[in-house]
Amino acid sequence: MAARRSLWLIAATVAIVAAPLVLGLEGEFKGSDDLGTDAIVAARPDYQPWFQPLWKPPSDEIESLLFSLQAAIGAGFIGYMIGRRHGAHRDDVARR
Amino acid sequence: MHIMEGYLPAAHAAGWFAVSAPFVVAGGIRLRTIVRERPQARMTLAAAGAFTFVLSALKMPSVTGSCSHPTGTGLGAVVFGPAVMAPLGVIVLLFQALLLAHGGLTTLGANVFSMAIAGPWVSWAVWRLASRLGASTAIAVFLAAALGDLATYAVTSVQLALAYPDPASGIAGAVLKFGSIYAITQIPLAIAEGLLTVVVMNALSGRADQDDEIRSLSGEVK
Repeated sequence: MAARRSLWLIAATVAIVAAPLVLGLEGEFKGSDDLGTDAIVAARPDYQPWFQPLWKPPSDEIESLLFSLQAAIGAGFIGYMIGRRHGAHRDDVARR
Repeated sequence: MHIMEGYLPAAHAAGWFAVSAPFVVAGGIRLRTIVRERPQARMTLAAAGAFTFVLSALKMPSVTGSCSHPTGTGLGAVVFGPAVMAPLGVIVLLFQALLLAHGGLTTLGANVFSMAIAGPWVSWAVWRLASRLGASTAIAVFLAAALGDLATYAVTSVQLALAYPDPASGIAGAVLKFGSIYAITQIPLAIAEGLLTVVVMNALSGRADQDDEIRSLSGEVK
């Protein structure tokens, strides 16, 4: 029951995320954080950021590598946790 | 919700540091207490941190034709209370500021406040309210995660509006302007985050729809 609901919830999540692309909505799909920065620059063209990042990924590829790494570390750990819980549950059942 | 490096005037940056610091310290103390009293909660705590680590890395398209990312702070806020998310959020935001040039060190205080303090507290309040009104665990968790996510982006809009009020319409006008960039984009992503949080919560606990689901995750019941 719960497992089936999870499948539906995952399907709905995928649908929500894919919808803007599938529907062919207009837009460049830039990041909202960059658009926010653009809006600041548009409102205050003379504003100079008073601090620069200490280090920047040298290319978009390196940036996406690090973002994927971030997601992979997190997802890997959550997967490990879920697996552990399943294992513990199976041991419980086996001991009974 | 990341305000980029150097894009908050120094006084604002300092102000948000001052506001966020006590929450981070209190959260660190809370974290230590939880780990000491319930060592079995350590794994779930780490999972709560991992969840925000994943979700804040995933930039997703939205109906506004731009992309944004969820925050993933609702899960930990519901299970452990909002305080612990402040230090966990600092780790995520520092990673992104130092390795991805996303967000920044000068804007860390403001970004911690929106993502790791305001969002989790809203999530927790929604969770308490929805549970008290008799919502099922799944519905209450969904609402908590979705509204906490939205709250983070609403706070970012206000933070930017305070720093950059509109010359004609003032702070209120600027809130609307930044809100149209951040908050509207975030609505479908907040719903997606809510759904995903329910799935992960169920999978982590293995006790979907049982009364003790959340307390089993927080280590209060075995």
